[in-house]
Amino acid sequence: MDIAVCVKHVAILGEEVEWDGTHTDVDPDLLEWTLNEWDAYAVEEALRMRETAGDGEVFLLTVGDDEADESLRRGLAMGADRAVRIDPGDHAGVLDPLTVARALAGVLSEQRADVVLAGVQSSDAVQAATGTMLGQLLDLPTVAVVKKIDLGAGTARVHRELEGGLIDVMDVDLPALITVQTGINEPRYANLRAIKQARDKEIAVRDLDVDGDGCLRVTSMFAPPAGETAEPLGDNPADVARRIIEIVGARLS
Amino acid sequence: MSGALVVAEHLQGRLREPTLEAITAAGALGGPVTVLAIDADPSALVGPLSVEGVDEVVCATVDAPTFEPGAYLAAVSAAVSERRPDVVLAGFTVNSMGYLPALAAREGGGFASDVFGVRRQDGALVATRAYYGSKVHAEVAFPAGGPTVLLLRPTAWPSAGGSSSPGVSTIDVPPVPRRVRHVSFEEAPQGDVDITTADFLLSIGRGIGEKDNVETFVKLAGTMGATLSVSRPLVDAGWMPSNRQVGQSGKTVKPKVYLAMGISGAIQHLAGMKASGTIIAVNSDPEAAIFRVAHYGAVMDLFEVAEELEQQWAR
Repeated sequence: MDIAVCVKHVAILGEEVEWDGTHTDVDPDLLEWTLNEWDAYAVEEALRMRETAGDGEVFLLTVGDDEADESLRRGLAMGADRAVRIDPGDHAGVLDPLTVARALAGVLSEQRADVVLAGVQSSDAVQAATGTMLGQLLDLPTVAVVKKIDLGAGTARVHRELEGGLIDVMDVDLPALITVQTGINEPRYANLRAIKQARDKEIAVRDLDVDGDGCLRVTSMFAPPAGETAEPLGDNPADVARRIIEIVGARLS
Repeated sequence: MSGALVVAEHLQGRLREPTLEAITAAGALGGPVTVLAIDADPSALVGPLSVEGVDEVVCATVDAPTFEPGAYLAAVSAAVSERRPDVVLAGFTVNSMGYLPALAAREGGGFASDVFGVRRQDGALVATRAYYGSKVHAEVAFPAGGPTVLLLRPTAWPSAGGSSSPGVSTIDVPPVPRRVRHVSFEEAPQGDVDITTADFLLSIGRGIGEKDNVETFVKLAGTMGATLSVSRPLVDAGWMPSNRQVGQSGKTVKPKVYLAMGISGAIQHLAGMKASGTIIAVNSDPEAAIFRVAHYGAVMDLFEVAEELEQQWAR
């Protein structure tokens, strides 16, 4: 069973917000980067599927510059066999999901997988689109927001998590693309030895080569309107607690 | 044509609210509003969809007992080919995530999700959405031709209401193989506590740091007479059962007081609690999105506040 996992090196914005020169993104110096949370669950699920199947390869794909190797190395340390990174080169800035899906499809049309996994969404852009677009481009049966996967012969039974916690049980023909929801498993931590071994695993680098306009372009980025701001409760824990007790008492009486 | 195609979403025989919100958004864009009803028996949806602002309901009969991504994609593709709308609108829901991005990939058109503002500027669509944990907003444009697919943030628009007498028509949907098949629905386990009926929720999130700290807040909830609820990461980690979860995939709550400690306020969480009577938030990050819906806030270490609450409540 060969499983491809699409991952993203995501940006986390701290407390400070400044804009880049074009005002279409934040100042990159203010961003920290990490493996997307949903994708850690997808990597773990791939490793478990391979363990159940007893053989096969787990390979990672991402679109990102060499900084993204950090997230790939984390997945490799968890147990993935190898990785492919598609370098965006001149396509700087926020890549749109369709461009990313086209880039991933270019690799996956050559390297067949029985299952392609992706996280439901990325924490920095929250489009929940790249996986489903990729399924379409590869003409794979696609099922999104999955919290349980049981492999059968030629099919998988999956639990899709709907609003309110309702579960939609579905059967999907393999090969398939599945987007993975958080909580599907407990992602393993890599030990020091695995982290060292991951340094020797292969990360193949390719150039981004896609045609066509992306599906969107950021034209301006700005601070959210202030709106109504929360009334401050106090400057120290004792005052804050006192005010909370007053407010709760008044509202519940 | 320029005009909006709204794709209706329904679950277990009921039209879902994001569809009525999308009809409002479509009406505000000007131009005709067409709603696509996809089902094994779509005629049952015409009544619930006959609300103000709807010009036409197009019925697409498909071979699927309920939502299946293949049938829905085939139906929307057929409607887009025949009606040529310049914008396709639907709620940003679990179902729509499963096939509407595929429509954009197939058509090579525009796409954005979690959209909470949309307008036309010189004829072109401009949408507003958030990035980086909702700490910034952005306007996005759609350079590709073809229809633009927008998935709208639930509750960002009011629901369309009233009544109308839209035209009703049908379109043929070419049969597609059922490569993803609905089997059954399963309700989430209810557990021993119903957080939706509590007057006072003490709600904790990722900010509590580790599992051993849950006990501190179980105890504090007991002291204060509050019911303990949680945000999604604590359920994902297995620290608390899912019947305690507030948010889109958990419960929607409306207590008199919602005291959020260590919850940053992901959109899916806010959707489940923002209608609460009084919202109090304690979080160490001053930019946390929870402060934008909270009535009272403190940028502070939650453990220090928890300790003070524990001590002072007894007095």
